[in-house]
Amino acid sequence: MIDDIDSQLIEIFQQGLPVVSRPYALIGQQLNLSEDEVILRLTRLKQQGLVKRLGVVVNHRRMGYKANAMVVFDVPNHLADQIGGHISQFGFVNLCYQRPRHGEKWPYNLYCMIHGKNREKVLQQLDYLIESCGLAQFSREILFSRKCFKQRGAFYQVCTKQEKVLSDG
Amino acid sequence: MLTSLHKQLLNNYQQEFPLSATPYLDIAESLGVTEEAVLAAFDELNQQQFISRIGLVIAPNNIGASTLVAMAVPEEQLQSVAEIVSLYPEVNHNYERENIFNLWFVLISKDDMHLQTVIEAIELETGFKAMQLPLLADYFINLGFEIDFDD
Repeated sequence: MIDDIDSQLIEIFQQGLPVVSRPYALIGQQLNLSEDEVILRLTRLKQQGLVKRLGVVVNHRRMGYKANAMVVFDVPNHLADQIGGHISQFGFVNLCYQRPRHGEKWPYNLYCMIHGKNREKVLQQLDYLIESCGLAQFSREILFSRKCFKQRGAFYQVCTKQEKVLSDG
Repeated sequence: MLTSLHKQLLNNYQQEFPLSATPYLDIAESLGVTEEAVLAAFDELNQQQFISRIGLVIAPNNIGASTLVAMAVPEEQLQSVAEIVSLYPEVNHNYERENIFNLWFVLISKDDMHLQTVIEAIELETGFKAMQLPLLADYFINLGFEIDFDD
């Protein structure tokens, strides 16, 4: 489990690691923690799996990856884990989740995200994925993103005792 | 323009960013450049927004409560509804997608009760039903993003 100090650490990290010689010491100063303790806590959060990774978060759009497709499939529930695990192995897949169905209007339960430089490339990759994972038999929809109204990156608002509204990350 | 140093920083440090007292110096040593060069290159990547930040990617559903929400909004009302939704501080991403369900946003909150309160408020204010799609299982192991620098 995480404690309040972990929460504050995660919150401060939303602004990004400072680009200075001793960044963890600088973060520690803001929390009254030693450099060592910051590093130890981050190491533990990674080991516990609460932090999936610590590192460079690339801005896909700026890197020229302007086509973004959310692909949804209706797969049998008992196969979702197996298929999800398989889909996640492909380098061009960025996310893969199971979510609840909503009856006939939205029967899909498996989601994945594919970022590509253009629509054609994304569709080619999707064809390859469908063929490789044997997904052709399942109904699906492809939802390309159009307009972005709000984007705060992988922003998590962590509420500690003193709840604060954070600025955009 | 991206230099070869920029590209190495973008590709090699999404996953294994050093958790040492002097991470930038460690990176510099492994790439055979100076710490100053690495600091300057990261400043450039930040300023030119090639990276969002050097940060933590948190496993979903471990901290607070969150859900993906979809709404089906008539085209002519989409912009105004999207603007209302975006004003809620709990709303993270908010995107238009090509579908009958054309507005997709992620809500993040301290707990499920507050999350439901926000969703009810959004439904009331916009007049549209919110389809809740919380995460049931996460299959993705986030190893960062493979960048293709060609073309």
